[in-house]
Amino acid sequence: MPEPDTAPEARRILRICQACMYCEGFCAAFPALGRLRDLSEDDLDHLASLCHGCRDCYFACQYAAPHVFDVNVPRTLARVRQASYAKHAWPRGLGGLFRSNGRVVALSAAVAVVLALAATLLLVPSEALFAAHRGEGAFYQVIPWTVMAGAAAAALAWACLGLGLATASFWRAIRPAAVPSRVLIRALPQAMADIVTLRNLAGGGTGCREAEGTGSQLRRALHQSMVAGLGLCVLATSVAGLYGHVFGWQAPYPVLSLPVLSGLIGGVLLTVGAAGLMLLKRRAAPEPLAPETLGGEAAMLALLAAVGATGLIVLAVRDTAAMGAALALHLGLVVGFLAVLPASKIVHAPFRAAALLRDAIERQRATAETRRNDGRNER
Amino acid sequence: MIILDPDVVVAGGGIAGLSAAIAAGRAGASVLVVEAAPKALRGGNARHARNLRLMHAAPTDLMPGAYDEAEFLADLGRVTEGETDRAVALRLIRASADIPDWLAGCGVAFQRPGGSLPPSRKTAYFLGGGKAVINALYQEAARLGVTVWHAAELVGLTGGRDLAIDIHRADQRYTLRPGALVAAAGGHQADIDWLKRDFGPAAERFAIRGTPFDTGRVLRRLLEAGARPAGVPGRGHLVAVDARGPRFDGGIVTRVEAIPFGLVIDRTGNRLDDEAADRARTHFAKWGRLLAERGDAVLILDADGERRAPVPALEPIRAAALDELAAKVGLPPEALKAAATAFNAKGSAARIATPPFAAIPMCPGLTFTHFGVAVDEAMRVRMPDGEGAANLFAAGAIMAACVLGRGYLAGLGLTIAIASGRLAGEAAAQYVRSRDART
Ligand SMILES: Cc1cc2nc3c(=O)[nH]c(=O)nc-3n(C[C@H](O)[C@H](O)[C@H](O)COP(=O)(O)OP(=O)(O)OC[C@H]3O[C@@H](n4cnc5c(N)ncnc54)[C@H](O)[C@@H]3O)c2cc1C
Ligand code: SF4
Ligand code: SF4
Repeated sequence: MPEPDTAPEARRILRICQACMYCEGFCAAFPALGRLRDLSEDDLDHLASLCHGCRDCYFACQYAAPHVFDVNVPRTLARVRQASYAKHAWPRGLGGLFRSNGRVVALSAAVAVVLALAATLLLVPSEALFAAHRGEGAFYQVIPWTVMAGAAAAALAWACLGLGLATASFWRAIRPAAVPSRVLIRALPQAMADIVTLRNLAGGGTGCREAEGTGSQLRRALHQSMVAGLGLCVLATSVAGLYGHVFGWQAPYPVLSLPVLSGLIGGVLLTVGAAGLMLLKRRAAPEPLAPETLGGEAAMLALLAAVGATGLIVLAVRDTAAMGAALALHLGLVVGFLAVLPASKIVHAPFRAAALLRDAIERQRATAETRRNDGRNER
Repeated sequence: MIILDPDVVVAGGGIAGLSAAIAAGRAGASVLVVEAAPKALRGGNARHARNLRLMHAAPTDLMPGAYDEAEFLADLGRVTEGETDRAVALRLIRASADIPDWLAGCGVAFQRPGGSLPPSRKTAYFLGGGKAVINALYQEAARLGVTVWHAAELVGLTGGRDLAIDIHRADQRYTLRPGALVAAAGGHQADIDWLKRDFGPAAERFAIRGTPFDTGRVLRRLLEAGARPAGVPGRGHLVAVDARGPRFDGGIVTRVEAIPFGLVIDRTGNRLDDEAADRARTHFAKWGRLLAERGDAVLILDADGERRAPVPALEPIRAAALDELAAKVGLPPEALKAAATAFNAKGSAARIATPPFAAIPMCPGLTFTHFGVAVDEAMRVRMPDGEGAANLFAAGAIMAACVLGRGYLAGLGLTIAIASGRLAGEAAAQYVRSRDART
C-alpha cells in the first residue's frame, strides 16, 4: 500500500473541524486548532502530538463515514504523528524504520536478548551460571559488572541522544516565536500538569473510548500505572547503582530496601499497565485507528510488559539456580528496549510534552489577550 | 427479543423518539423504536445540534443568571409573532427546567462554560455535540431493554381504538398493534417533491441540512388519519449554505458565515442586498430566504475579507485576478468586475481589492419547515374535533410548528424535542397501563 499523503487529508478534515468545533471540550487539540487559520506542516505536527488518541471525537463526529466528509480526526492525526516521528528522527536514517515499526521493535529486542543470553553462556562458566548464588555480589558472579553496566550505559546513552536530538528538532519546528520568560514561567507548570495528569486523555471528564458508548478513565489509569512503574524501575536501578558503586554495598539487597521495593512495585505497575493497555487494544473498534501505527505500539507495549515481568522474575528467582538465565533475559530486554527507543513509539512522550508546552504558552497568551480586550470593552 | 405487540411503538429514533422511548421504558412499558436510518446514520438532526434552551431560576453550573418562564415565553412570542400554542409552549418550557438532570441521568455530558466556550445565559452546550448525546441515549435505551429496529420505516397507520401500524424492514412488512404510538419521525424536509409543492420550484435547489430520512411519511399518515395540521406549509428556516456541500446532512459547517465580509452577486452579476447591513445571527435566515427567492448566488471575498471571516469548512475557489475567478465559477467576467468596482465605490468596510480573490457559490439550505401536526398539552395528536387522540402522541419536529409557527430561537429545536418526547413517552406508558387496568 502506498503511503497516503497525510498533510492534505489532515488539512481537509481539520478545516471542517475549524468550522464545526463541536469537539472543543474533549482535549487541547481543538482549542489549539481554533486559534490557528492556515495550517503549516509544523502546525499539523503540533496538533497531532497534542492529540492523545482518546478517540472521543471520532465517535461524537457528525461527519464520520459513511458521511461523504469522512472526518476521522484520531486516525488522521495518528498518521501525521507517525510521519512527524520519522521526520525528526535522529539519526535521520532511523526515520524510515517507523514505517515498519512493529517488526523493528520486536527484532531489536529479540537480537538484544539473544546476544545477552549467548554472551552469558559463552563468557560465564556453566557451574557459575546455573549455581544458586546468594549473598553479596551474587548477580555479578553471573554477569560481570563491567559487562552489565557497560552494555546498559551504552544503550542508555544512545537512547538519550536519539530521543533528545529528535525532540530538539521537533521543538525547533513547532516552537512559538519570541516567548518572553514571563509567559514561559507561567506556561511551564501548566504544561507539567497536563503531562503528569494526562488531562487530554480525560475526554473533558467523560474519559476515552475504545468503541462507541460510555467512556472510561481506564486507559488513562493504565497509562499512568505504566509510566509510574517505569519511573520506579528507573529509580530502583539508579539507587542500586548508587549503593553498589558509590557506597560499596553489594547487590542483592533485602526485600525491604529502596531498590528492591521500588523495583518490585514498579515492575508490577509497569507490567499491569502495559499488559492492560494491550488487552484494551484488542477491544478497540478499528475505525478511528491507523493500522500502520498499530504494530509499533503493540510491540512497544509487549516489550515494556516483558521488561517489567522479567524484572519481577529476577527478583523472584534470585536465590535459585534460574537466576543467571533470568538476569540475562532481563538485561537483554532492557538493552533492547533502550536500543530501539529513538525509533519507537516512545518518541510520543517527549514530542507530546513539547506540544503541551507550546499549547500552554499559547493559552497564556490567549488569556492575556482576553484580559486586554475585556479592559477595552469596559471602557 | 422481538416483541410484536409492544406496549408502545416509537416511530423515529431521533432525539424526541429516544426521549420518549426512555421515558416510556422507565415507566414500565415495553417499547419498540422504529428508526428509518441504518445504525451508522441514526439519530436524526440532533446529530448536527450543539446547544439547547433551558429555563432556570438561578445560576447553574452550566448557565449564569436566570431565565424564567416569562422571559422564555416572551422570546418565543417575539420570534413567532404570536404564532404559538401558548398552553403547549408553557408546558414544554416548564419541562425544560430539569432536562439537564434528566439527560445527565442518561449518561449525557454537557460542556461547562470556560476556555473557548463563552457562558450563555439561555442555552447549555453538549460536550462533543449532538451525536455524542444520541450515542448516550441509544445506550441508555438499550440498558432499559428498549428494542430498536434500524433501517425500518413506518409506512402505514390505522388510527382509532384498534391502533395498527405497518413497518417496512429489510424487505419485510410487519403489522403491529401497539397500545400506543409516539410519532417522532421529524419533519418532511427530505421529501423534495413535497417541498416543491409547498415552496415552489426553488426547492429543487435546496440543500437539506439534516438527515435524508426525514421524508415526512409519518406526518402524512397522521394527516390522512385526520390529525390537525399546525404551522404553515411552505414556511421554513432557510440559511445560505455552500452549494458545493452535500445535498443532505451538510449540518452546520456548510453554512456561509462570511457574507458580511464580501459581496454577494447572482449569476448575472447583480448584487443581491447589503451584505453588512445586519451582522446579528438572524442574518443567516435573511440570506437563505433571499437565495430561495432570487436564485443561487456567489459570495466574493478578497484576501483581507477572507482573513477576517471565520474559516469555512470547504476551501473557497481562489484566483489571482477577478476575471480568472469569474471563469472558475461561471460568472460573466465583465459583470463581476463592474459589480466589484461599484461595491468598492460605495465605501463599505469590506472591499474587493486585495488578491487572491475567493468565491463561495451559495444555495439555500433548509433546516426545518414550520409545518406539522397539532398536539394538546399531553402531546396527544389533535384530531378533527380538536381533542387529542387517546393512544396517538407526537413529539419533536413533527409537532414543533405548533409551538414555533415561524422564526427560530437558538436551542429551541432540541428543547421542544426532548421535553415533548419525555411527556409523550410518559403519557403513552400511562395510557397503556390504565387501559390494561381496565381490561
Ligand atoms: C444542521 C442543523 C443544526 C441544528 N442545530 C440545532 C441546535 O444547535 N440546537 C437545537 O436546539 N436544535 C438544532 N437543530 C434542530 C434540531 O436538530 C431538531 O429540532 C431536533 O433534532 C428534532 O428532533 P426529532 O427527534 O423531533 O426529529 P429528527 O431529528 O428529524 O428525527 C426524526 C427521526 O425519525 C426517523 N424517521 C423519519 N421517518 C420515519 C419513518 N417513516 N419511520 C421510522 N422512522 C422515521 C428519522 O430517521 C430520524 O431519525 C438543528 C437542525 C439542523 C438540521
Ligand atoms: S471531529 Fe467532527 S464533530 Fe468533532 S469538531 Fe471535527 S467535524 Fe466537528
Ligand atoms: S482523539 Fe481525543 S485527544 Fe485526539 S483529537 Fe480527538 S478528542 Fe482530542
